[in-house]
Amino acid sequence: MTALLEVQELEVRYGAVPAVRELSLEVGEGEIVGLIGPNGAGKSTTLNAIMGLVGAQRGDIRFAGRSVRGWKPEAVSRAGIALVPEGRRIYAHFTVEENLRLGLVGRGDRDGADRDLAWIHELFPIVDEFRNRHAGALSGGQQQQLAIARGLAAGPRLLMLDEPSLGLAPQLVDVVFDALAKIRERGVSVLLVEQRAQRTVAFADRTYVLSNGEITLTLGPQDAGDTERMIAAYLGA
Amino acid sequence: MSTLQTLIDATALGSIYALMAVGIGLVFGVLRLVNFAYGQLIMAGAYTLALTNGYNPALSILLCFAVVLGLTMTMEVVAFRPLRGTSPATMLAATFAISFLLQSIALLKFGALGKSVGTLTGLNRPIGHGSLIVRWIWIVAIVVAVAALAGLLLLLNRTSLGLQMRAAAADFRTASLLGVRANRVISLAVLLSGVLAATVSVILTVEQPYVTSDYALQDTIIVLVGVVVGGIDSLGSATLGGFALGFATSFLAAKLPVFGLGDPKYLYSAVFALVVIVLLLRPGGLFARRGQRAVERV
Repeated sequence: MTALLEVQELEVRYGAVPAVRELSLEVGEGEIVGLIGPNGAGKSTTLNAIMGLVGAQRGDIRFAGRSVRGWKPEAVSRAGIALVPEGRRIYAHFTVEENLRLGLVGRGDRDGADRDLAWIHELFPIVDEFRNRHAGALSGGQQQQLAIARGLAAGPRLLMLDEPSLGLAPQLVDVVFDALAKIRERGVSVLLVEQRAQRTVAFADRTYVLSNGEITLTLGPQDAGDTERMIAAYLGA
Repeated sequence: MSTLQTLIDATALGSIYALMAVGIGLVFGVLRLVNFAYGQLIMAGAYTLALTNGYNPALSILLCFAVVLGLTMTMEVVAFRPLRGTSPATMLAATFAISFLLQSIALLKFGALGKSVGTLTGLNRPIGHGSLIVRWIWIVAIVVAVAALAGLLLLLNRTSLGLQMRAAAADFRTASLLGVRANRVISLAVLLSGVLAATVSVILTVEQPYVTSDYALQDTIIVLVGVVVGGIDSLGSATLGGFALGFATSFLAAKLPVFGLGDPKYLYSAVFALVVIVLLLRPGGLFARRGQRAVERV
C-alpha cells in the first residue's frame, strides 16, 4: 500500500517548548488511522502542522508524493486534505447550506461537487433537511455532522478529524463512527484524533499513541482488549 | 428657504454620506476595522481631480480612481494586513495615524491654500427653472448610493465570493482551512471600499470643489458616528445611519441660528446631543434589529 500521507520526524515548537518531537506517521490510501494520547500530548498540534496552521521547525510532511510543509492552509486544503477542527468551528450565524457551500470553495469540478453533495446528503440527512436553518441552532451532534459534511464537500483524499466525538451523547458517537466507516468505503483516507482510546484502537487499521509529543506505541485492532498496554503507553512508560 | 427645499438639500447630503457609510461599513463588516483614514482616500482623490483640472474629464476621473485604489492597496498591505488579528483599538489607532500622516503630507506638498476642482461642474446645475432647486449631482448621488448598497448586499449575500468574504471576516483561520484564500478576499473587500471612496471624491468635489488637506475630514467623522448610530453590524443599517446623520446635519443647519458664515456651533452641539440620546436608547444602533447586542464601540 502506498502512503498517501507521510509525516517524517516532525518537530513543532511553541517558543522553546517542543509540542511534538521526531514524530513520524503514515496514512495509506483508504486507511483509517487513529492518533490517541492524553491531553496536551500534541495530537491537535500534529493535525494543525499537517494542515499548515502552525509551522514545523523540522521534518517533512509529504502528501501524495509532494512536500506540503510550509504551505498555507488554503493550499493544503486545495491539495486534498480536509480538517474537521476541534470544537467544529462551524459558522453559527450562517445557514447550514452556506456552511456546506464554504466547503466547496476550493474545488473546480462542478460535476464531482454535485455527486459528492448527493452522497453527503445521504450520509447526513439533517444537512439537507435543515439547510435553511442557522447552523448555531443545531444540536451539538448535528453541528458535528455538518462540520464533517463541510470537510467532505471539498472532495478530499484525506479527512482529518480532531476529537469529533467530544461532548456527544453515546448514540451520536455511533453516528460519527458509522459515518467514518462509510467515508472510508468511498475511498477517502481518515486520520482520526480521539480521546476514546479503546474504541479508536478497535476501529482503526492502525493507531498511534502519542505521549509528551512523541509516538510511544503503534497498536492494531487486535490490541483493543489489551488495556494494560494502552495505559502504560498513555503514562509514557 | 422653504421647508421642502430644506428637505431636498438634506436628502442630497444624506445620500453622499450614505455612500461614504457603505464603504466604511463594508470595511468594518469584513475586517472589524473602523477605517478613520477613509476621508483621506477621498481627499487624495479630490486632489487628483484638482491637479488634473483641464484634462479630459474621463481621464481625470480615471486618474482619480487609480490614485485612490493605489493608496487603498498600500494601506491594506502596509498597515491592515500586518495588524490582522490584533485588537480593534490597535487597528483604530493605526488608521488615526495614517489619517494624520496623509493630511500632513498633503499640507506639505500642496500648501494651506486649497485647489479647485472643475471636472464635472456641469452636474451642479439645477434641474429646470422652478423655485425649488434640485441639482443633477444630487440625483447622481442618490442613484449611486442606492446602486452601491444594493450591489454590495447582492455580492455579500448571494455570491460565493461574498460568502467567502463573510467567512474570512467571521473566522479567518477556519476559512483558510476550508480553502478560502482569506487574505485575497479581504483585500478585495478593501479594494471595493476604495472604489467607493474614489466615487465619493468625484461626486463630492462637484458640490464642494475647494480641496484642502482636511478635505472630507469632518464629513468622515460625521459618517463614522452615523454608521455607529445606525448600527455598524450590518451594511444596511450602517448606510441608513450615514444617511440619517447627513440628513439631520443638513436639516438642522438650515433651522438653527448661525454666527457668521459657516460657524457651526449650534449645529454640532445639536447633532451630537442627538447622537448621545440615540445611543443611550438604542445602544445596538438605531436601525439594528431589536435584541442585537452592541458590538465594539468606537
